[in-house]
Amino acid sequence: MTAPNMPFLDVRDLEVRFPTDDGVVHAVDGLSFTLQRGKTLGIVGESGSGKTVTGLSLLGLHDPRRTQISGQIWLEGTDLLTLGESELNEMRGEKIAMIFQDPLTALSPFYTIGNQIAEGYRRHAGGSKAAARKRAVDLLGRVGIPQPDRRVDNYPHEFSGGMRQRAMIAMALSNNPSLLVADEPTTALDVTVQAQILDLLADLQSEFNSAIILVTHDLGVISQVADDVLVMYAGRCVEKGDVRALLSRPQMPYTWGLLSSIPRLNSDVDVPLVPVRGAPPSLIDLPSGCPFQPRCDHSWRVAADRCRTERPVLRPSGVPGGGLACHLDEETRNRIVDEDLLPLWEGSRS
Amino acid sequence: MLRFVVRRLITSVLILAVVSAVTFFLFFVVPGDPARLSCGKICTNEKLAEIHHNLGIDRPLVVQYGDYMKGIVVGRDIIETGDKVHCDAPCFGYSFVNHQPVWETFLDRFPATLSLALGAALLFLLGGVSLGLVSAIYRGRAFDKVAIGLSLTGASLQIYFIGIVARAFFVDKLQWLPQPGYTPLTEDPGQWFAGLLLPWIILAFVSAALYARLSRASMIEALQEDFVRTGRARGLSARSIYLKHAGRAAISPVVTVFGLDLAGLLGGAIITESVFSIQGVGRLAITSVFASDLPMIMATVLLAAVVIVTANLIVDIAYALIDPRVRIS
Repeated sequence: MTAPNMPFLDVRDLEVRFPTDDGVVHAVDGLSFTLQRGKTLGIVGESGSGKTVTGLSLLGLHDPRRTQISGQIWLEGTDLLTLGESELNEMRGEKIAMIFQDPLTALSPFYTIGNQIAEGYRRHAGGSKAAARKRAVDLLGRVGIPQPDRRVDNYPHEFSGGMRQRAMIAMALSNNPSLLVADEPTTALDVTVQAQILDLLADLQSEFNSAIILVTHDLGVISQVADDVLVMYAGRCVEKGDVRALLSRPQMPYTWGLLSSIPRLNSDVDVPLVPVRGAPPSLIDLPSGCPFQPRCDHSWRVAADRCRTERPVLRPSGVPGGGLACHLDEETRNRIVDEDLLPLWEGSRS
Repeated sequence: MLRFVVRRLITSVLILAVVSAVTFFLFFVVPGDPARLSCGKICTNEKLAEIHHNLGIDRPLVVQYGDYMKGIVVGRDIIETGDKVHCDAPCFGYSFVNHQPVWETFLDRFPATLSLALGAALLFLLGGVSLGLVSAIYRGRAFDKVAIGLSLTGASLQIYFIGIVARAFFVDKLQWLPQPGYTPLTEDPGQWFAGLLLPWIILAFVSAALYARLSRASMIEALQEDFVRTGRARGLSARSIYLKHAGRAAISPVVTVFGLDLAGLLGGAIITESVFSIQGVGRLAITSVFASDLPMIMATVLLAAVVIVTANLIVDIAYALIDPRVRIS
């Protein structure tokens, strides 16, 4: 089946476009990444950077009449983009599962939690209703719902936010998927619950050896659970690599901006947060150069106005498995990190 | 759930009590002396006073209302054309015009209205909703466009136009259908069906348009719900996604409108009944108004209110059955 060196998931040059009346929206623009089983890839970026669109295309959930998708999504030797709707539908929920951001709206208000878990389970695994119900009770217990045999008959509105997200996870795990796409799984939850959910995901991952793609705008979440991180900007990967290496020495001005905008518990209250100035570009009329250039504080350091005229390509960076799309030369980047950024971040850490 | 139903039942009874009181007092506030209607051409003051007394309208309004309500619940004695007669519950009095018990006349007319309303409602609900749901699923494609066009046509037509045209065309000219009218089901089921067929179709065509558009809009909205996307992400079958998940979310607004529509039809489809010569409650109400037949008018208004309040109660219960979130509030 899978060649030993072949990655479990191999996304190559993924492009997702939505034709609209105003023009074509380039939601994802040439994205490539790989992921092994048992590993977690964090995809991070602002709203509209293409994170969620990427997650949805892994499951083929875009309306084919309104979407143009190109590239390749290899999952264990099969290119998902060549599959027909019915073949893909067989894989959804079974091999690939998705956890959504807001468990209140992502669960149907009309059916009990148990009914919803059981329905998806039976769809792929078959078996009797009683067996599916037992499976639902087991799963709810597994994700830490107290009294699962009683709570299985509750409706989503009778659950708290954290419990709903646990139920959502139970639902996604019902058929032991090998790839789990978690789209902002903790954004709607408060911080203590967030930590519990992330722990739960990590536990279940080590148990089932699934690959997880964690889509979030929260670098804090990424640093807690991801093995690799991919920073998206305007539908492209601008920086990626091993999570520790990348977060300790980020190389791309956009990643710097994201890190500088995180509030830190131990920083002085009078140290202002630094937001990334400006707003993401329109995905209809992308600038011809670096998409981040209009918001970049460092593009003046690059000679000949290259940032404005030439799109930087993703090339290997010093980080293991890393990539970087930036015109700044290595020396300048290291100087900025060492002299300006690390003291700022460390200062607030110490 | 049971508590919910009981609570709604109590509210319904209260609403009916208020409606009946308001209706009753309104009718006695309007100018005109009902006694004059049954007094005849040569009317002396003594005769008028006697009629007043016989009708009981020389007593205080509250007493009259109590008496009227008592008649509905347990029956009462009434002086009718000079004789004292017992009027069994539910007693709505005697008609000023034909001097028959109002309830009997109503019972005589109601089956025609009921047949017309239920038959048409079944047609327009099934036709309209399925058209709407399928259009939503095939949104933007040929089926959807034809269906929208058709329902727009239906919605722009009025019964008194299309009804008369259809009658002239299908009945008088082509003679495909018999003369519309009402024959009691128990008398001749074939006649019953044949006579009501055209009214059903026309009424359904005009109303189905609304249901098609309503259910299309709410299905399109439902298909954009997050939980529908969750269903897709879990590989559920199209059938389950459309019917079990999206369909259930889409049906609530349809149920509301349907409940009120059906109640309206049961209260008397005045225009339809007139166009198709059906002697139903709607025409009874109209003729009673023209004849100033007060007990008859009171009864039709009150019974229409009963039907509407009952329909609302059923809609609320249906709501709670469809959406478990409704049951808790």
